[in-house]
Amino acid sequence: MNTTLLHAEGLRKEYKLPRGQTLRALDNISLEIMPGEVLGLVGESGCGKSTLGRCLLRLTELSSGTITFDGCDISSLNERAMRPLRRQMQMVFQDSYASLNPRRRIGDLIAEPLRVHPDNNGKKRSSSTIEARLAELTELVGLSTSALSRYPHEFSGGQRQRINIARALALSPQLIVADEPVSALDVSIQAQIINLFTDLKERLGLTYIFIAHDLAVVRQISTRVAVMYLGAIVEQGETDAILHTPAHPYTAALIAAVPEPVIRKNASRTLLRGDVPSPVSPPSGCRFHTRCPKAQADCAIVVPDLRPLPDGRVVACHFPLVNDP
Amino acid sequence: MPDDLPLLEVRDLSVSFRSRGRDVPIVENVSFSVDRQEILGIVGESGSGKSVTAMAIMGLIDAPGVKITGSALFRGQELVGLSQRSFRHLRGREISMIFQDPMTAFTPVYTIGWQIDEQIRVHEAISRTGARARTVQLLGDMGVPDPERTANRYPHQLSGGLRQRAMIAMALSCNPSLLIADEPTTALDVTVQAQILDLLRNLRHNYGSSVLLITHDMGVVAETCDRVMVLYSGRVAERGPAEAVFRQPGHPYTGALLDSIPPLTGPRPERLPSIAGAPPPPLERPSGCAFAPRCHYVHESCMILPSLIAYGTQDVACVLPAEGHPLPPRAAGAA
Amino acid sequence: MLTALLRRLAQTLFVLFGISVLVFLVFFATPGADPTARIAGKNASPETMEKVRHEYGFDRPLPVQYATMMKKLFITRDLTSYVDRGEPVVPEIVMAAPVTLSLAAGGAAIWVIASVTMGTVAAAFRGTLIDRGLMILGLIGISLPVFWLGQVANLVTQARYHDTWMFSWVPGLGYIPFSESPTGWFRALIIPWIVLAVLFTGIYGRVLRADLVAASGEDFMRTARAKGLSPARVLLVHGLRTSMITFVSLFGLDFAQLIGGGALLTEVVFGLQGVGRLTYQALSNLDLPLIMASVMYSAVFVVLANAVVDVIYVFLDPRVRDA
Repeated sequence: MNTTLLHAEGLRKEYKLPRGQTLRALDNISLEIMPGEVLGLVGESGCGKSTLGRCLLRLTELSSGTITFDGCDISSLNERAMRPLRRQMQMVFQDSYASLNPRRRIGDLIAEPLRVHPDNNGKKRSSSTIEARLAELTELVGLSTSALSRYPHEFSGGQRQRINIARALALSPQLIVADEPVSALDVSIQAQIINLFTDLKERLGLTYIFIAHDLAVVRQISTRVAVMYLGAIVEQGETDAILHTPAHPYTAALIAAVPEPVIRKNASRTLLRGDVPSPVSPPSGCRFHTRCPKAQADCAIVVPDLRPLPDGRVVACHFPLVNDP
Repeated sequence: MPDDLPLLEVRDLSVSFRSRGRDVPIVENVSFSVDRQEILGIVGESGSGKSVTAMAIMGLIDAPGVKITGSALFRGQELVGLSQRSFRHLRGREISMIFQDPMTAFTPVYTIGWQIDEQIRVHEAISRTGARARTVQLLGDMGVPDPERTANRYPHQLSGGLRQRAMIAMALSCNPSLLIADEPTTALDVTVQAQILDLLRNLRHNYGSSVLLITHDMGVVAETCDRVMVLYSGRVAERGPAEAVFRQPGHPYTGALLDSIPPLTGPRPERLPSIAGAPPPPLERPSGCAFAPRCHYVHESCMILPSLIAYGTQDVACVLPAEGHPLPPRAAGAA
Repeated sequence: MLTALLRRLAQTLFVLFGISVLVFLVFFATPGADPTARIAGKNASPETMEKVRHEYGFDRPLPVQYATMMKKLFITRDLTSYVDRGEPVVPEIVMAAPVTLSLAAGGAAIWVIASVTMGTVAAAFRGTLIDRGLMILGLIGISLPVFWLGQVANLVTQARYHDTWMFSWVPGLGYIPFSESPTGWFRALIIPWIVLAVLFTGIYGRVLRADLVAASGEDFMRTARAKGLSPARVLLVHGLRTSMITFVSLFGLDFAQLIGGGALLTEVVFGLQGVGRLTYQALSNLDLPLIMASVMYSAVFVVLANAVVDVIYVFLDPRVRDA
């Protein structure tokens, strides 16, 4: 358990915009994921959480930084050298329908990675092996085998997400990056899929990076949480610690803003002012200072580094809400 | 009219679409009322008929083959069957509406200010400058920074939160007595959502408006609404004061829906209590209780369509309370 | 804004340069075909051949040939078909241009008004008999060949009913310059205009209706209705205004190609000496200087029209302004 599965160091991603501007989507991101862990990535739109997910799998090219997966530096591998590793890391997306080719049967969609990738002995899989694997996969994600001969549009959003998960699992990956996999689902269906993720993790010993904007969903599934704001991680640590006693004012504001299904008498809470600033021209110093209730003069000038707190979490704030001992 | 009458009183509203020679019932016998300065939440999952209900009240459904029956009295005026001409005088002036996606809800080729001016000038004899002055005032009231300049900007130049504020400003521009908000915060980030909900909550004090808030998010209901109506598969499952419904849901669907939301505080359950299966499509709706196939408590009497019965301050379309087995109160119902 | 315009101008010039090089290479530097013989014409004497070769620089490197050609085309404007016998080509184009311009502009005015009316009315009465009738009418308009429709129009207005009160005002085939007689110009062109506009009215009316119907499903149209606007205002101010964006880009392309000679059939049927006919004659005689000149002429219009459309775009769609 003490060897990291994925280690990212100093990841940066910049997009060149017309008129000579640059959008800094990721700014010096470092993180570590142990096998069997679930890292939740949270933040509001434009914070870079999806870009980070894609960069970690090398689906989007990095501007700089290194990624080590299972002890192997993958940040400079070319596409050819990446191919065998792709089996180990898969992705599940938010839009369950757009991820499935509408003209192909479910069986073909799930079997595709099995047909494309050779098995562990470097041989092509036989059709009977594939059949057997398909039956296994449908059972895993809770679909009936009759689903295999049908088309994507015949399924509801929740069922389609099960299909996407089955496809991601086909090659028995170690790591799954799930990008907002339940955001588009109705609440009653959302709970089913979250449970499915939990069950699969137990049964198959999977590791997840779970990207979501819903803190309650992230809390339910993650062992650790990284909170992102404008391309940078502002706080990272154990889920319970962060959600119970947030150290970064942004984390605290994010938690306070979640509408809970509980009637609160005289509910009054501090609301963040304004919108997330444009990532093209992020504020100076601490990026959050323009909206931060605790901001002081220094915050607009000095960029806070990620510093460790005694409980093991890291936070990028000059005045964290959890004090140093 | 006397003040003790509700502002909007909907009785047995049904909406059906004609498709392939069959009438597809989308909304069935929905009844509710909205009082003055009250916020009523209509909750339901996709396909529950919550948006269709709102569109029917606004007279915005005019596709061929649509049948709307029942009654919707707005300040004593019947809206079902009202001519489009008469609806035009109500819409935007007496009842206005805001939508989920503030990006696409504004016409992209006109400035925000122009579009708000337009609504004011359609309903009132007022000069261009007079309308603009009110627009700027409204935008400022809605918390839009630098309202004069923002009025001259195009929708795509504003953030989602600002667009939704501008949308609310436009909806309020003629001081409507009822604002229908259809998933107004679903497309917004959570910190911005909190701001917009705050704004909606304060409308009744600042503008005296009632709000019909349509949402799929029980959290949004708890934060905002005085009363709530839960729709399931086009039928009312439960309605009542929000506090009562959240403390002790009367309908198993309401209870299961609340349970399936992952908690933000307290112990983390190993697995979330989830509802198996999915809501039935309109044509496969059971003749009995529509929730029966997914319900833990399903038994013989559920095969007959339950009518709404009073249960404390709530009305519940379920036989359990009458049979003497109401659902247990929620531990986290009130805090 | 100014830099954008300048950049656009530079782009336009670059495109024109590219087109001129391409046309030049195709007609003058094709291996195996001697442009000297082509320009000198059939049975030309060796002296003429020599003169042409020297004048056009065909004995010198290609860039020089190209430069000479451009100089003769744009600066000295003495490019001539068949050297001694032919006409200078630039005046020929200058003569033909107003004819085509008048034809295309009048036709365009008719089809824009007619198709906007047709598309809007059809969209307003979507699903009714009016809608279906108008769309069938549009389809008929698209299907009628211009030369056939033109001939029928001529038969009716020039022959069969020419002597009745209905069409006695129609002058004989041909063009009457505006400067000579504005009413004559109008009378000579009104029938060709209508014939030319029929096809485009059909296309544009159907495209606009489809756009309007698509727009009616947009969120902003629902908002406009929810504001309490009248159906006419919703359709015209919100729907039509937004749908005009496709319309304008289509219009720019069609109008430019008409001015560039695309109205050939209409010109032939109505005996109009326009650019289309000129280009056709040049091609059938392989009159290289005239081909060069007319292609450059139409390229200028197509590229200019595109630039104009881009500018109109900026006015129509604020999103383009910021992009």
